[in-house]
Amino acid sequence: MILKGGREVASVKLDGDRSVALARSRVGDLMQKLGSRDLMKTRFVTAVSEIARNAVVHGGGGTLRLYEFARGDRIGIECTDDGPGIDDIDTAMTDGYSTRGSLGRGLGGAKRLAKDFEIVSPPAGGTIVRMTGLLGRRA
Amino acid sequence: MNAGAIYEVDGVLLVSIRADITDTDIVDLQDVLSERITGSGAQGVVIDISALDIVDTFVGRILAQLTGIARLLDAETYVVGMRPAVAMTLVELGMYLPDNHTALTLTHALEKMRTGKPR
Repeated sequence: MILKGGREVASVKLDGDRSVALARSRVGDLMQKLGSRDLMKTRFVTAVSEIARNAVVHGGGGTLRLYEFARGDRIGIECTDDGPGIDDIDTAMTDGYSTRGSLGRGLGGAKRLAKDFEIVSPPAGGTIVRMTGLLGRRA
Repeated sequence: MNAGAIYEVDGVLLVSIRADITDTDIVDLQDVLSERITGSGAQGVVIDISALDIVDTFVGRILAQLTGIARLLDAETYVVGMRPAVAMTLVELGMYLPDNHTALTLTHALEKMRTGKPR
């Protein structure tokens, strides 16, 4: 589990596109506070935007939780949704695959932009995405 | 409209997109801007995204569509003010925005439009 050792510091209820904008600014503000480099912040907030939108559009809403780590070099998020889940994760991760006429670059793109990426879709339904992003601070 | 203000200057529509824009706002912008192009007969559109901290695949797709719509309505579109970190992230997402003219600043965009030099 890539969030092992992390401490939950905030959460955002995802229930519409206003909440996706809120999720972006919460994650951006936290990274800013922790001294993240601008590029690292831009990359990770973009990844979070893709994942949070997926939870709203495909998952019918959900929750985004933000995590800090004692070693202080990264942050993490966990995004859970209430949707039907994803039958074939490998296909869903492929660039260009979409069930909604969108570009289909969101999931694969988020994985490329994150440091660590984990996606789980339990048989009971729902999708869980966990990601970490490095802050890129000078040691 | 919540996406941002639209000003008309010398036949060019200037749109500056607000920082905390939502997906709905930007789809509305597409609507309003298309109407404004037709209503004003503007030959050019400049979209300032300098307030945007990020551009993800959704916003990128809308920017590309806006350019396409404006072209069909005989107006040329420039996207200006993209932050370097945003450009790097877009490329990593595979979003090269091939149909969008870009310029570093509004001044550059207006100059390129005047001289008719694409890109």
